[in-house]
Amino acid sequence: MQDQNTPTLRANQLRDKPPITRRRFPKQLTPWLFMAPALLLFSLYVLYPIISSFILSFYNWDGMGDKVWVGFGNYVELFDSETFWIALKNNIIWMLLFMLAPPIGLAIALFLNQEVRGIRLVKALFFFPFVISQVVIGLVFTWFYDPNLGLLNSILEVFGIQTIALLSSEEYVTYGIIAAGLWPQIAYCMILYLTGLNSLSPDQIEAARLDRAKGLKMLRYIILPQLSPATFIAVVVTVIGALRSFDLVATMTAGGPWGSSTVLAYMMYEESIFNYRMGYGAAVAVVLFLIMAVYIAYFLTRMLRSES
Amino acid sequence: MKKLQTLLAASALSVTLSSMSYAGELIINSDASDPAPKAAFAEIITAFEKQNPDIKVTYNLYDHEGYKTTIRNWLVTSPPDVVFWYAGNRMKAFVDRGLFEDVTDVWDDNELHQDFVSSKPAMTVDGKQWGVPYTYYQWGIYYRKDIFDKFGISEPKTWDELLAASATLKKNNIAPVSIGTKYLWTTAGWFDYINLRVNGLAFHMDLMDGKVPYTDARVKKTFETWKQMVEPGYYLENHATYSWQEAQPFLYRGEAAMYLIGNFITPNFPAELEGKMAFMQFPVINPEVGMAEDAPMDTIHIPSKAKNKVDARKFLAFMAQPENQTIINKALLQIPPNSKAKAVDNEFLNKGVAMLNSADGTAQFFDRDTDPAMAKEAMKGFQEFMVKPERLDSILKRLEKVRKRTFK
Amino acid sequence: MYPKSIKNSSRFVNVAYRISLPITILLWLMPLAAVMMTSIRSIQDINQGNYWGWPTSFNFIENYMMVFQSTEMGQYLLNSILITIPAVMGAVALSTLAGFALAKYKFKANIWMLAIFIGGNFVPFQILMIPVRDLTISLGLYDTHMGLIMFHIAFQTGFCTLFMRNFIVGLPNELLESARVDGVSEFKIFWHIVLPLVRPALAALSVLVFTFIWNDYFWALVLVQSDTVRPVTAGLSSLQGQWLASWNLISAGAVVAALPPVTLFFAMQRHFIAGLTLGATKG
Repeated sequence: MQDQNTPTLRANQLRDKPPITRRRFPKQLTPWLFMAPALLLFSLYVLYPIISSFILSFYNWDGMGDKVWVGFGNYVELFDSETFWIALKNNIIWMLLFMLAPPIGLAIALFLNQEVRGIRLVKALFFFPFVISQVVIGLVFTWFYDPNLGLLNSILEVFGIQTIALLSSEEYVTYGIIAAGLWPQIAYCMILYLTGLNSLSPDQIEAARLDRAKGLKMLRYIILPQLSPATFIAVVVTVIGALRSFDLVATMTAGGPWGSSTVLAYMMYEESIFNYRMGYGAAVAVVLFLIMAVYIAYFLTRMLRSES
Repeated sequence: MKKLQTLLAASALSVTLSSMSYAGELIINSDASDPAPKAAFAEIITAFEKQNPDIKVTYNLYDHEGYKTTIRNWLVTSPPDVVFWYAGNRMKAFVDRGLFEDVTDVWDDNELHQDFVSSKPAMTVDGKQWGVPYTYYQWGIYYRKDIFDKFGISEPKTWDELLAASATLKKNNIAPVSIGTKYLWTTAGWFDYINLRVNGLAFHMDLMDGKVPYTDARVKKTFETWKQMVEPGYYLENHATYSWQEAQPFLYRGEAAMYLIGNFITPNFPAELEGKMAFMQFPVINPEVGMAEDAPMDTIHIPSKAKNKVDARKFLAFMAQPENQTIINKALLQIPPNSKAKAVDNEFLNKGVAMLNSADGTAQFFDRDTDPAMAKEAMKGFQEFMVKPERLDSILKRLEKVRKRTFK
Repeated sequence: MYPKSIKNSSRFVNVAYRISLPITILLWLMPLAAVMMTSIRSIQDINQGNYWGWPTSFNFIENYMMVFQSTEMGQYLLNSILITIPAVMGAVALSTLAGFALAKYKFKANIWMLAIFIGGNFVPFQILMIPVRDLTISLGLYDTHMGLIMFHIAFQTGFCTLFMRNFIVGLPNELLESARVDGVSEFKIFWHIVLPLVRPALAALSVLVFTFIWNDYFWALVLVQSDTVRPVTAGLSSLQGQWLASWNLISAGAVVAALPPVTLFFAMQRHFIAGLTLGATKG
């Protein structure tokens, strides 16, 4: 499905040539001029706000009036608040369960990696959920779970299982939302692995086959190592997707029932926008940022290492 | 591509420009974005412009949720000349910060003091008036009269009768009370009313102002009373799944019999239920406590940083006139606060007017009477209580923590 | 090829595989299929609880007309287009310039600039919410198309710059060098030599970024509030409340909202996937 002319691959093949050294005037300035517009906007809308949020998290601010310095007050309150721990716990559940996406995506990719008629369409249809807005996905699943008319309960009834109002049950609600979130995420991982499978080295596979490597062993020792770039991207993207989760929580439950399905991203939105507690909201955002920073740092070091 | 961008930049610019006012231009920001009010205000504004040919009105409409947060930004930075808003703590929050203009003069000049006797307290802070109300409506229990008749239930006047009626309905596989608590606020209707009936208006307002702890025995008594409805399962099953709108069809299909809600529900009643829907006042719980009601009031104000305050005052006076209050409330199917204006002759409104006229005071509604952060947490607690009543103590402890923090 | 091609397997395996494909697709897309079915149902079906059976009548035209006539859906769609297209163009334009700088010039801060762009792209964007909201308000862009466009350009620049840089790095240096020898200015080199060569990358990137921006919900909530500006994602969720239990209309609205990115995806599938899997084959 992906031929050798696709831009990424071509770019990669040629990647390792070193950039040329500039000899003429304006030696130092030229790249900065090219970068200026992007850098300017990026600083204004991304870099400055990050710093600004950090500072704001040390203040109390209701969106109007004066900001009042409270030092670590917001953080003290945060760590003492039940909601925060519920949100954090839910974020961790999101992250753990989202880790199912890469292996399931791989399984589907392996299943679909054949050359039969119409397989291109099949692959496209499998990938389809990723293209749809999370709001639409939220709607679809809200309805799927509806206690009166949802398909889920119709299925449960067929099997004689007690029906359940998934989205208003504090025990199951988070899992219900995560299932909805996994759907497009699996599709994404699948496509990453399909691309990876396409660029496997045929020599290695043939050699392994001659050595009578088979099935899972083959997968474990020959295929997976070659797929490691795809796995890396899949894991990074999945972790980030899990931490950023907002759209589905907002559309499916608005954090409910009684806040039991909230996540850090939604909690900060609710505190800032509905409760007018901008400083406190910023503190939630900072905690989320710090958790994510671990992954960003991991990704960056790995990427920078491969560059040098 | 350049062209398109220039075009967009230009249109963005023109939006900014148009929100800067020049003499004779009156900018009004409103959240009355539902279809009926939208049409009503279009009519009012045309009439106002006709009467004042030198004033050009710019009327900006916003949706309710977004409006609540962004109004704070405008009021501080560059506000319009007139804003739509709400009475109660929501108004007071802005008055306390000096963001609303004192319009006592509008009240004096137009003799509003007598025409708005009943709503004046809601518009008064420190003995001054800060805005003009244009509509309000009653809360109460809307119920299926035909279902009540079928099971020989008469309209409950007391709490015990309500419980008895609920028991009968439940026995016949009808959910006694429909409610959708997904967006939380509907729960506060039940809390407000039970608290008003158990502890009275004065106590209720003290609680709203953060003067009473949520762990107080009297608050607890309110919940213990509420429990008598919760524990036997008299509320619609899975109510946390539904919004207030999604809970309505249960009532219309006859799967539920009662719904405690504001009068804004009445336009939604299906035509085939004509004559089958009825309204009743929330029953008495403690006969020694006066009958106060929830009657949320919508208002208009002038921001203190407004540019065209002269014309804004004209508009406030215009909106206060009885004939204009009549027009607006006819479209909204609500009650005009001006006593000289007429409410539409409609069975629910007539009952509402009668009930409110004899009420021992009114509250604005929980999330308009108390601090927003307090309201949000409290309503989460109410929802949890309605599903897990056994957690009452831990819920109240949590709310008390929020109260202490919010009302420092 | 892994797993082994089934071409050489038994007839049974082949047939079984071909049959299993449509079945798995059906299971996989079941929630969506249900939505599409529902979007053409009559309100009678909905009220009678006929959600999963065969529709008693097909109200394709009525329902979809209704969506456009009785709601602001048309306006929402237009807003999404007015926001997404300029934002995609802006982000791709800026990042092509920046990507060129990072790919073809050696300067001290090069790798750090790249790191900043990538890091910024992975940031939980909630941390940007309050400052970006205040910034947008103070620029007078709150509740305008431009406010959302500016933010999306800025935020997507992180990802786009990485993408363009990785592509441009692969272009042969000799071309640029010989032009320099001929005394062509740096900008002209970019315009006449680099730009034509990166066209396929621009297409891939545009398609991908289009879906990102089109599907944005968070910023549509935070930076916009009136119907005249609100894009389709936020519009759809605000309609959910107004339509009560008219699930057939909500479904139709959802289908309408999903259609543009889906069409684009099917039309430009190869570009799309090339963009998405950037980096998945290198280590």
